[in-house]
Amino acid sequence: MNDAFGLPNSVLVLGGTSDIARALVRELVGGGAKKIVLAGRDPTGLAAAADEAKEAGAASVATLPFDANDVDRAATVVDSGFSAVGRVDLVVIAVGVLYDDEADERDPTRVARCVTVNFTWPAAALSRVAHHLREQGAGRVVVLSSVAGVRVRRSNYIYGSSKAGLDAYARSLNQALAGSGASVTVVRPGFVRSKMTEGRPKAPLEVTPEAVARAIVKGIENGSEVVWSPSAMRPIFFVLGLLPEPLWRRLPL
Amino acid sequence: MPRTARAEAGTDTKTAISKNAPPPPASEERTLSGWGRTAPSAARVVTPDDGNGVLASALLAAGPGDGSRKPGVIARGLGRSYGDAAQSAGGVVVDTRNLGRIGQIDPESGDVEVDAGVSLDALLRVGLQSGWFIPVSPGTRQVTVGGAIATDIHGKNHHADGSFCGHVTSVTLDTPTGVHEVGPDADPELFWATAGGMGLTGIITQARVSMRKVETSWMRVDTERHTGIDSLMDGLVRVDGVNRYSVAWVDCAATGSRLGRGILDAGDHATAAELPAKRAADPLAPPRRRGLRVPNLVPPRIMNALTVRAFNEAWFRKGISRAGQIRHLGGFFHPLDAVANWNLLYGRRGFVQYQFVVGDEHRAVIPQAIEMLQQAGAPCTLAVLKRFGPGDPGPLSFPIPGWTLALDLPVGPAGLRPALRRLDDIVAGAGGRVYLAKDARLEPEMFAVMYPRLGAFQAVRRRVDPEGVLQSDLGRRVGICEHAP
Repeated sequence: MNDAFGLPNSVLVLGGTSDIARALVRELVGGGAKKIVLAGRDPTGLAAAADEAKEAGAASVATLPFDANDVDRAATVVDSGFSAVGRVDLVVIAVGVLYDDEADERDPTRVARCVTVNFTWPAAALSRVAHHLREQGAGRVVVLSSVAGVRVRRSNYIYGSSKAGLDAYARSLNQALAGSGASVTVVRPGFVRSKMTEGRPKAPLEVTPEAVARAIVKGIENGSEVVWSPSAMRPIFFVLGLLPEPLWRRLPL
Repeated sequence: MPRTARAEAGTDTKTAISKNAPPPPASEERTLSGWGRTAPSAARVVTPDDGNGVLASALLAAGPGDGSRKPGVIARGLGRSYGDAAQSAGGVVVDTRNLGRIGQIDPESGDVEVDAGVSLDALLRVGLQSGWFIPVSPGTRQVTVGGAIATDIHGKNHHADGSFCGHVTSVTLDTPTGVHEVGPDADPELFWATAGGMGLTGIITQARVSMRKVETSWMRVDTERHTGIDSLMDGLVRVDGVNRYSVAWVDCAATGSRLGRGILDAGDHATAAELPAKRAADPLAPPRRRGLRVPNLVPPRIMNALTVRAFNEAWFRKGISRAGQIRHLGGFFHPLDAVANWNLLYGRRGFVQYQFVVGDEHRAVIPQAIEMLQQAGAPCTLAVLKRFGPGDPGPLSFPIPGWTLALDLPVGPAGLRPALRRLDDIVAGAGGRVYLAKDARLEPEMFAVMYPRLGAFQAVRRRVDPEGVLQSDLGRRVGICEHAP
């Protein structure tokens, strides 16, 4: 069960090998989370993440392999995750892939894959997660969105639009869950220095996965619907959202 | 949207309800939280009018489900437990408010048969008409008899009279293995497990309570102002020897040499002869009904370091040492009842109460706790200090001899949660424990250390509830409900 501060005892992470997910699990276990289920694609990465969670003090860590390209199995993966711990206090959706849009926009298969992994699979999984949380009468979902989805820009519009879809879906799901005891927190990180963005040039207001993880825990404690990391992204994107389209298009973003 | 289970069962073609089976009771889906308004969860709520078959009826309300998970059932009274004791996420909550019959008070023994949903307010109003008062009174009258037993409440007279269940002679308990009539002499093991068992041994439907004879509804009270914690604690030890009731309010905002300064109240029921002339006409006058309510719109964060300091300073100055005042028992026992829904003052994120007890030899933990919270930047709005006498045999009953401190703490300061975790270590290390009726954040490992007789409690549970039907969010969180999903 979640405690008075909203912090969980049991956590299911879908996309458990991502740097943000790993930092978040370390943070949660440090705060008292005991039962962790990590689901991910790469078995080696999963094993490493599991070791890390145990080292941080988790009492039990289970791993669960899945492929986010396989939309038909999304519900099964979620079911396995729930049955591994019984009651799940916190579900983290950290599934995602960053594409190189310049090269990918002419490849329909790669466009479809980006949308599948970033939006279709998480949406299907969230639908099943919501079913379980309604049954439980309690629980929280943290969905990793991105500032890229807040106002989509030319330079990464495939990734950005897939995150925009997920962001809208997750926020609406939160409204749908009103009165069920369950809720959704959407996380919008800026540029995160992680293995996903390896090799990319330094960006303004860059954050570390650890900083994002701390912001998420604070957001959980506050019961926030949306968490921005760094928090300066919120006013920045408020202003960017007001820009007229012709001006937005000319910005070097 | 509230839906009735009856309508649901009617439309579900997979439900095989035989024609002879009783229909499921009306129920509604509700989000519930404790008095501290933290960690809400949703459950199906049934409000029976009769204590007979209450558990079976609650299970019917749960519906057939998909068989993957048993719905946890728990009783709820007036919702004054601060944390998640009277809620069961995804399960069924039995609201006992309509179980409200009060029997005749035996004029010789003062024993009275009452339904579980009777509030202490209702019971003492009826009792005072013939000169009987409740044997143990907490800081509010707005708790039910069922809740008082399930949390084995204590009052300002614990050092003299023990806790509530010491004055209960029998309990009717509806369990998954049938209805049990238990008492200190009838299945004492189940009776004492129920005393402080947080509702996890069954649904209490009735109880027999021994009332206390009083001549008046007034108290003779001595007040002392103490400028530091040592003097305050010594004062409590001194007055406990000669007074049935005692309690101290502590100013948690004061620091340095004034750390733990406070106001000590001690007294006993006033005799008719002690009443001044203007009171003597109606010596058993009942408490006034509450008039004040907190408005719906409370500005955020009004409970902050500044307001807390100002309030505590004012309260300290208001307490002037004087002996032999005559005060009404309502104001003496139940100051919190002056404002009906004062918990709303803590805003959206609510508050936690941390109440712990440590033995006499560990009295240093009291100032240490106050100092730790100050250093963590967590303001404490209200702190109450009291001494406990011997505990009763209940394996999960809270009181043990020594010092108990209750701290009201607004949720918000980042340092609060880690500070309370450190405080758990100190309290457990001193052989002490925290009170489950107030708890909303204790972790299972720590709970097992603080309540070493958990195993004995669970053995009783396995006997009366082998499938673990009785569950609450608290029971799952601290690990009382083993194997609970």
